[in-house]
Amino acid sequence: MRSLNRRKFLAGAAAATAATLAPTRARAQKSGGTLRFVAQADLKILDPVWTTAYITRNHSYLVYDTLFGTDEKLQVRPQMVDKHSVSKDGMKYTFTLRDGLKWHDGQPVMAEDCTESLKRWMKKDRFGRLLAAHTARVAPVDRKTLTLELGERFGPVLEALGKPSSNVPFMMPARIAATSADEQIKEIVGSGPFRFARDEWQPGNQVVYVKHADYVPRNEAPSGSAGGKKVLLDKVIWRYMPDAATASAALAAGEIDWWEIPPIDFVPKIEQTASLTTFLPDPLGTQGWLRPNHLHPPFNNKKARQALVAMMNQEMYLQAAIGVPKYYRSCPGVFACAGPYATKAGAEGLVKQNLERARQLVKESGYDGRPVTVVHVTDIGFLSGAALVTRELLTAAGFNVDLKAMDWSTNLAVRAKKDPPDKGGWNILHTWWMAADVMHPAVHFGVSGAGPGAWFGWPEIPQLEKLITDFVRATDQPRRKQLAEEIQKIALDEVAYVPWGEWFLPTAFRKNVNGILKFIAPLFWNVSIA
Amino acid sequence: MLAEVLRRLLATIPVMGVVALAVFALLHVTPGDPAVIIAGDYATTDDIARIRTRLGLDQPFHTQVAIWLGRVVRGDLGTSIFSGLPVSTLIGQRAATTIWLTLFAMLISVGVGVPIGVVAAWRKGSWLDRAVMVFAVSGFSMPTFWLGFILVYVFAITAGWLPVQGYAPLGDGVGSFFSHLILPALTLSVVYMGLIARMTRASMLGVLDEDYIRTAFAKGLAPSGVLVRHALKAASLPIVTIIGIGFALLIGGAVVTESVFALPGLGRLTVDAIVRRDYPVIQGVLLVVSGVYVMINLVVDVLYVVLDPRIRY
Repeated sequence: MRSLNRRKFLAGAAAATAATLAPTRARAQKSGGTLRFVAQADLKILDPVWTTAYITRNHSYLVYDTLFGTDEKLQVRPQMVDKHSVSKDGMKYTFTLRDGLKWHDGQPVMAEDCTESLKRWMKKDRFGRLLAAHTARVAPVDRKTLTLELGERFGPVLEALGKPSSNVPFMMPARIAATSADEQIKEIVGSGPFRFARDEWQPGNQVVYVKHADYVPRNEAPSGSAGGKKVLLDKVIWRYMPDAATASAALAAGEIDWWEIPPIDFVPKIEQTASLTTFLPDPLGTQGWLRPNHLHPPFNNKKARQALVAMMNQEMYLQAAIGVPKYYRSCPGVFACAGPYATKAGAEGLVKQNLERARQLVKESGYDGRPVTVVHVTDIGFLSGAALVTRELLTAAGFNVDLKAMDWSTNLAVRAKKDPPDKGGWNILHTWWMAADVMHPAVHFGVSGAGPGAWFGWPEIPQLEKLITDFVRATDQPRRKQLAEEIQKIALDEVAYVPWGEWFLPTAFRKNVNGILKFIAPLFWNVSIA
Repeated sequence: MLAEVLRRLLATIPVMGVVALAVFALLHVTPGDPAVIIAGDYATTDDIARIRTRLGLDQPFHTQVAIWLGRVVRGDLGTSIFSGLPVSTLIGQRAATTIWLTLFAMLISVGVGVPIGVVAAWRKGSWLDRAVMVFAVSGFSMPTFWLGFILVYVFAITAGWLPVQGYAPLGDGVGSFFSHLILPALTLSVVYMGLIARMTRASMLGVLDEDYIRTAFAKGLAPSGVLVRHALKAASLPIVTIIGIGFALLIGGAVVTESVFALPGLGRLTVDAIVRRDYPVIQGVLLVVSGVYVMINLVVDVLYVVLDPRIRY
């Protein structure tokens, strides 16, 4: 079995990153100009609280600012906040905003804007809901000061406020943040480094951002979503190109400057073109999932679910789904392998495939031969590949498989159905998450055991819920690590889901583009065009 | 004639009503749910249910139809579930691209297809005829996306004469406008060029055997005069019909061309809306496009009368 261990992979990725970044940083950065960017998807929804779509999150990083940011080493650092303090008992947080913060409509940013924004975010986001459940009060003290008073102990308050992925707690004016969290905001006014040009927005074609002239960046060097957001561009134009070949040709011809996510099979050609280069902006990567439906037979039986772990061969999945070993790695664990809570505890079953044991577990589960409905998403290449591997392995383990082909949108509707598979429901689906969303238990939907309140598949594992609560109440890192290990052991023993490895998506750009930062979303400050 | 046109215009109303109902019904039996797409990956079943209620998707089918038709009658095509923009605004943003693309493609198709069809009929059985037929068959056999990429590779990437993708409105300058439209229009036109050339040839062959054409040649009229003024005019009814159908097909065919050349047209708007199940956008676009089809058919029927005075309604 070909494999790339984690250390080798990270060393290679770091070397490649250093090689691509070194020359861009060495050049003098020029101010001004328009950057033309091909985004990963079409921006249709503008409200970062209403939806979790990554494209909306990415758009929001231009338009909005956050109280705290996450740097490239995953450390939370103040962003809109100038200084903050915690009471001795750890129950009261006080934040003071920086001077000079202004909304795009010219009004100053007030503490009340931030408290309203936090309240709206706390109604939607998983981490935000956990924080809300432990919070007694969020309130402004004066124009620039706000406090968050806990009702019960909550360790990762700053991690929640600096959360890098959807839903990010972006700040909005209070009048906009007053919109119900179940309704989309109508006005797009942020205090971020770029202003959204609504008149030039054409859904399905382009989004335009212009420099926010009044933005006051921090003095520190930029790092991830933290540090000084110094804007060097006058304008950023996002284009949506559904056809990868067109985007590739446009990049080569110089009609665009930066292509966010080229398909992996386009990358070798891009790397051979003298005027172009690639870069791994998110060293955490992306994690693939095989999710059983816990509501219906056969996977309402623990032994049948454990057969899914026994049959797992991550290398086989990654080869079929991603294909280029340079861009994937096995990762036997539920938490991102480059994240702070990576552990191998309880993951022995994921390290080595054991089909014999899988067959034995299927027998012991009392499986009656009914077809297992596997959702086969055909319009997303890597999910299609994963589903085909699952069919092979399930068959080898002794299941009868019914592969149901559908497009992604249909899959979204099907996966929400709790009906039995023969009435439109499902048994197994495949999906993926950015590693930032599976870094720790408070953001990781796969380790939730909340039954009807859990992510699709609805595992009911009360121990997991208790451990997650313990995790967010823990205030020291060693205790949190210990709890994360326990969570992983139970999640894999109960088979909440089965991870099938991690992969990395390079970004491609012309060599005259400088200063692209490492982060889970494309960032446009610090970027210039020579 | 005017009365007939008015009668036909009135007749479009029930036609559009049926189209509207059919589109609405079809969408609602198609699997998929915009609420789950909006809700995203983190949504719980309760979140999805709340979104469905807010969008009115939990209402009975007949209630949803009645609400939508009520709005359409008042000229309101609704609002995109995702972007929150009025469907009429979205169509307005995209219509110019598709109209220009279709007109250019039709201009090229007719400008090349009709003359070569006439020449092929006039020189029936010659190498010229065979060459035209080979070209015609190749033209409508070629996949649009494939031809598009070949043209991009040759004229945009290798030669660097034309842009790879995108649309430039007339306001950005005539040069930029034309340079962005040439390759997509050429790509789209090749299929219909072949179709029109074959139809023109077949129709002309039927006319060229007529006695009055023989007489015209015998009188010593120039071949161009006989072919264009006498033969082509008489042979034009089937050609006009195929051009009318071609317009409708071009609007449909623009989907692929718009994707290959990243043009912000109605075709891509429709496909994107279908992928996301953005019902108001799909319904609005299909209604407008159906209206255009009906109008094109009306124009074709009027042209019959103009071209052949024997036809009366």
